[in-house]
Amino acid sequence: MTFAFDLLLALSLLWSAWRTLATPRLDRAIVLFIVFGLLMSLAWARLAAPDIGLAEAAIGAGLTGALLLDAYGVLRRRRVDR
Amino acid sequence: MKRMSLVALVLALALAFVAVLAGAMLELAPAAIDLRLPVAAHLADSGVTHPVTAVLLNYRGYDTLLEIAVLLLALLAILAVVDDAPASPSRVAHPVLQALARLAVPLMIVVAVYLLWAGAFRPGGAFQAGAVLAAAAVLLHLVGLLPGWSRPRLGLRIGLAAGFVLFLAVAAGLLTQGSLLQYPPAAAGVLILLIESGLTVSLALILAGLFLFLSREDEA
Repeated sequence: MTFAFDLLLALSLLWSAWRTLATPRLDRAIVLFIVFGLLMSLAWARLAAPDIGLAEAAIGAGLTGALLLDAYGVLRRRRVDR
Repeated sequence: MKRMSLVALVLALALAFVAVLAGAMLELAPAAIDLRLPVAAHLADSGVTHPVTAVLLNYRGYDTLLEIAVLLLALLAILAVVDDAPASPSRVAHPVLQALARLAVPLMIVVAVYLLWAGAFRPGGAFQAGAVLAAAAVLLHLVGLLPGWSRPRLGLRIGLAAGFVLFLAVAAGLLTQGSLLQYPPAAAGVLILLIESGLTVSLALILAGLFLFLSREDEA
């Protein structure tokens, strides 16, 4: 059971990392990056490092994701203005 | 055809790199010194019962001291490039989003305080608590309840520097009794909690500042 979960986690990590890089739309890439960060924090928790998992969830997925989304919003508004 | 062969080449190189990396990881020599035993042996003197917090704030306290100094420096660099223009009023988001943020932020503050307190005996601590607080501030900003920050006034400046100054003051105070940041075992728990509280406030303000000082509506 745990092995199946770990395998699924590793596969979805690889898949989300690939989709983040390969997706043509910026907004989707950002959302996928946040998904990748949350999966990564799960992986840290599974590796018995919950401290890093917490930091990854708060900083990697939360704050960085918000920063990227905000930057995307500014970029889009600029494009509309033109 | 040329493109296909290029893709195949890149793929082959990437696979070879993965194979080398996996091989290197499996062949990794054991660490020269095993620090787990000394850490566990001195845990009783460290003032906390969670080994990660003991390492971060007691055994290697000066690393954490320098980390907060680096973060403060990063924020100072941002302040140097932020212009003096007053922050424009933020956009007002959908009322449902605002109501959700009003519900979420008190919970996030409770979680941050819990993380700070729990850091002494289980995963948690000042950095995580500060990040959660900063995320709460960013959330409020994104729904239009908290305007972006312009040049910081005295209160904000004190808040930004407080964690570092407090840490430095404790370090300087202990310097008279021995070496840098060598807590007396009896007072270690209280001192660590004091430092972590200061660090949480300053980290929250610094991380939120990285976001809120740069977040402006005025586009060039």
